[in-house]
Amino acid sequence: MRDVAAIGVGMTKWGELWDKSLRTIFAETALLAIDDAGVDRIDSMVVGCMSSGLFVGQEHLGSMLADYLGRVPVPAARVESACSSGGLALRQGFIEVASGMSDIVLVAGVEKMTDVTGCEATYALGTAADQEYEGFHGLTFPGLYAMMAVAHMHKYGTTREQLAMVAVKNHDNGSKNPLAQFPFKVTIDAVLNSVLVADPLRILDCSPITDGAAAVILCPADMAKKMKKRVIRIAGSGQATDTIALSSRKDITWIESTDLAARKALAMAGRKIEDLQLFEVHDCFTIAEIMVTEALGIAEKGRGGRAVEEGLTSLTGKFPVNPSGGLKAKGHPVGATGVAQAVEVIKQLRGEAGERQVKGAKRGLTQNMGGTGGSSVVHVFEAE
Amino acid sequence: MPTPSRSWREIPQRYRLEAGKCRGCGYVCFPPRVVCPHCGSREFGQTKLAGAGKLLTYTIIRVPPQPFEDQAPYAVGIAELDDGVKLTAQVVDCDFADLKVGLRVALEFRRVYEEGEAGVIYYGYKFVPE
Repeated sequence: MRDVAAIGVGMTKWGELWDKSLRTIFAETALLAIDDAGVDRIDSMVVGCMSSGLFVGQEHLGSMLADYLGRVPVPAARVESACSSGGLALRQGFIEVASGMSDIVLVAGVEKMTDVTGCEATYALGTAADQEYEGFHGLTFPGLYAMMAVAHMHKYGTTREQLAMVAVKNHDNGSKNPLAQFPFKVTIDAVLNSVLVADPLRILDCSPITDGAAAVILCPADMAKKMKKRVIRIAGSGQATDTIALSSRKDITWIESTDLAARKALAMAGRKIEDLQLFEVHDCFTIAEIMVTEALGIAEKGRGGRAVEEGLTSLTGKFPVNPSGGLKAKGHPVGATGVAQAVEVIKQLRGEAGERQVKGAKRGLTQNMGGTGGSSVVHVFEAE
Repeated sequence: MPTPSRSWREIPQRYRLEAGKCRGCGYVCFPPRVVCPHCGSREFGQTKLAGAGKLLTYTIIRVPPQPFEDQAPYAVGIAELDDGVKLTAQVVDCDFADLKVGLRVALEFRRVYEEGEAGVIYYGYKFVPE
């Protein structure tokens, strides 16, 4: 296997981009990454997208996006793993470069979610759950994570306020990210008094519906060095699956797929969680970040709520989690999220994260999750 | 709109609670599977789910998906049945304030939702406090 480096990143402002189509959002973002890398060719492209079929009625993205990027006939694949489609696209691109199959690969993630009504978007996102045995009963994604929250609160005494603290922390970080959909702070009171979506989760516990894209250019590390590029190496990649239905899990307060994917990625990198200085994780709901910090080993089992309360995961804490603002403040264009996490970690490791820079960060991790943890993708990045 | 075959083929599970029982290790799976995730056996018999159990968790859906718009707010939960099978369904005929982890519930046959005024009426099971 060859060492793989990320040599270019691209991300545009996220939000409700009513004047932009999926193909435009993708192409503008991909061009930023190509320009940042300073490459004159790409050999292949991999695009993560969860549900262009339901959101914009368009499939066959490989062809359309290669076309609108002006790159036909490069090989192009669309990758889907619900909300971890972007992370999985990164992993496929990594495998493609590491294997020697391609040299310069464009990895992108894109989702255009506001061309449908909120109800239709809720339905499209719901397809990441078991449609016949969860969706059939009127369950939504906030509903599934709410059930995880109730079980976690019951078993470990996690508090409603601790959930709110995740949103407050991530909005604090997001207020320093000009590309975030919601770059402003929120208070605990604002979270606790926001409208209920699925008890106990309120609207400010939920990541938003977002249009956006993110892109990364990968190449062999040796080639990056010859090109005199700053080398940010993908040192580890792990993926794992779990049952699609939440009810089938051994323990609904534990995200096994994240635990397993992280173990694989860290083993490949030859690192422990303590060796890393920043973490971009999948906070689709506040309870998700609490459970993910436990699965990653940042917090002990059952103590993820306490970790955020004690400031362990704040920007200046021992384990800064979601310096970008996370899905909560930055936005969650589902297929793009996993790639945007990589963009943030790469920017941080280059020292280009501005006001939200984690000082002296040399290694970082991304954790991207599909459904209620039916799939997880973890990557470890290192600056050379 | 899906063709009726999609819901018709789920009738044994939704109306009659038919589960698969692994001939290798006795694992009861709902819905039935073709390979046992525990022992790898491909041989299954049939069994009927225990009719009652206790709530492991629950929520109240305030923002519903389209087919459930006229029902919100409604409660949904995961229960572990007395045979160890865990499944998801609405929790009905109770005040939201009475919902709690450990609440005893029985499975009852109920209307789940309707596809508009002229479409299919979907039936299935719901949890009702014992």
